[in-house]
Amino acid sequence: MNTTLAEKAATPTFSIVMEERKVAAASSAKAVAAKLDFWYGTNQALKNINLNIAENHVTALIGPSGCGKSTFLRCFNRMHDLQADTKYSGSIMLHPENINLVGKEVDPIEVRMRIGMVFQKPNPFPKTVFENVAYGLRLRGFSSRTELAERVEKALRAAAIWDEVKDRLNDSALALSGGQMQRLCIARALATEPEILLFDEPTSALDPIATAKIEELITELRQRVTILIVTHNMQQAARVSDFTAFMYLGELVEVDATSKIFTNPSKKATEDYITGRYG
Amino acid sequence: MSAVMTIEELRRGLSRRKNFDKLFVVVGLLIMMSCLGLLALLFLDLVRDGASRFGWDFLTQFPSRKAERAGILSAFVGTWMIMLVTAVVSLPVGVAAGIYLEEYAPKNWFTGIIEINVTNLAGVPSIVYGLLALGLFVYQFGFGQSVLSAGLTLALLILPIIIVGTRESLRAVPKAIREAAYGLGATRWEVTKDHVLPYSTGGILTGLILGLSRAIGETAPIITIGALSFIAFLPGSPVTGEFPFLNWDWLWSEFTAMPIQIFNWVSRPDQAFQQNAAAAAAILLGMTLAMNAIAIYIRYRFRKKINW
Repeated sequence: MNTTLAEKAATPTFSIVMEERKVAAASSAKAVAAKLDFWYGTNQALKNINLNIAENHVTALIGPSGCGKSTFLRCFNRMHDLQADTKYSGSIMLHPENINLVGKEVDPIEVRMRIGMVFQKPNPFPKTVFENVAYGLRLRGFSSRTELAERVEKALRAAAIWDEVKDRLNDSALALSGGQMQRLCIARALATEPEILLFDEPTSALDPIATAKIEELITELRQRVTILIVTHNMQQAARVSDFTAFMYLGELVEVDATSKIFTNPSKKATEDYITGRYG
Repeated sequence: MSAVMTIEELRRGLSRRKNFDKLFVVVGLLIMMSCLGLLALLFLDLVRDGASRFGWDFLTQFPSRKAERAGILSAFVGTWMIMLVTAVVSLPVGVAAGIYLEEYAPKNWFTGIIEINVTNLAGVPSIVYGLLALGLFVYQFGFGQSVLSAGLTLALLILPIIIVGTRESLRAVPKAIREAAYGLGATRWEVTKDHVLPYSTGGILTGLILGLSRAIGETAPIITIGALSFIAFLPGSPVTGEFPFLNWDWLWSEFTAMPIQIFNWVSRPDQAFQQNAAAAAAILLGMTLAMNAIAIYIRYRFRKKINW
């Protein structure tokens, strides 16, 4: 894995590598959702979700608006706990320790320190580029200037934005373009080396060129981190993911290898959605 | 054409609707200009009446029985001492209350009652605060008729303004920013101290200054707690040349303030004192406008830096 990103992209065997990875995936799940239910007040938003998240692969969640895909994603880092009157039942076990991410006994802050998230709209802090990426590290008690600088650079490189911001680390992050901001947010999430990275429609506020860069980045990132992505855009799911899960009305209808879902889905509802009959 | 009306009808109708648009601009401008014009007239009138009294002497003299020798030094200094106490007390208390209500308090009937009462407090007549302060600060706590009592009274008076202002600026911080910080594993206090509070500093300071500019003109409560109208000395300087370099005597000192001085002069029969009152009123008005200008500047500076 020491080749540069550019070299990787140029390698003709890239797709073959991907195929091999898919085979390996069946054996190692990074997280397993089992009988997961979720309520906003009395309104049940998720019903009996069972899903394996393959380690170091991209799993896409697709489905029409209101189907619960973002709600499901936000269970993984307990974002719902910020809201009053929400309730989980069932489990999302994080491997290898077998910690139930939605368990009452598990501290949501501990969960969020292990599971990173990138949001729908780029949301950098109105601080410098450097401080944005360093914030998660500072929360974890890193204070040595050199160590921070090293890790910030590493994260910015991993998010493919280092070359664009290396001379403006002390400028406000709000001066960046939308696409740069989103990659900065990815760098911010990567800096603390999360075990799973959640993407909640990360390109819905971006133009096509910025979107292409983010997608390329997600494809590269799967080498080192398990990714779960919610997307409205089926082409995007087809381009970036290894596995695709189709959700409808709070239930998981079908999950399979992305190539299978998009060419030969086993459920009628999935086929109707993918062929654009609703959603 | 296939539309419901001809092009001529369409244009006629459009021009009529646009005329209403213009009419509103004219009416709005007229109303605004007459309000501003009245204020400007008042200010100019004060300046004209007091013109003969403006000068260094007026600022540096103590009050006197002779109108032409009287100045506003003790009132001017008194006002700033009171404002200092008011700001130092009301800012931390008001901001802490605002943070608690906005960020921490659960939404239930109890906090609902607190919220309604905070808003109600803003409408309590200032004389009532004066009466409260007379009983509590002056007699019960034994602070006497001092700068401290006056500052605390006005701090109570503007507390609701600061709390409401703080809450509004905290609420202006987008949810997405909070989520970003929580998503990295921050605690509620870390989100507040590292993000929400720094990003709303501009709004909070604006609220403070607007509160102070209301307090600076308050007369009733400080008369109630016993401001004097004739003070011919200044308390010891708060900063001294000797260790520990700070002197707290001024807090316990008797005091007067700008509105008291104006009230006193204006109630005298001698015409010359009316001029003094006009000049002092112009200066007080100038102080208020200057504070509002600072508030606007601070808001502008922070808006430029943080633009959601």
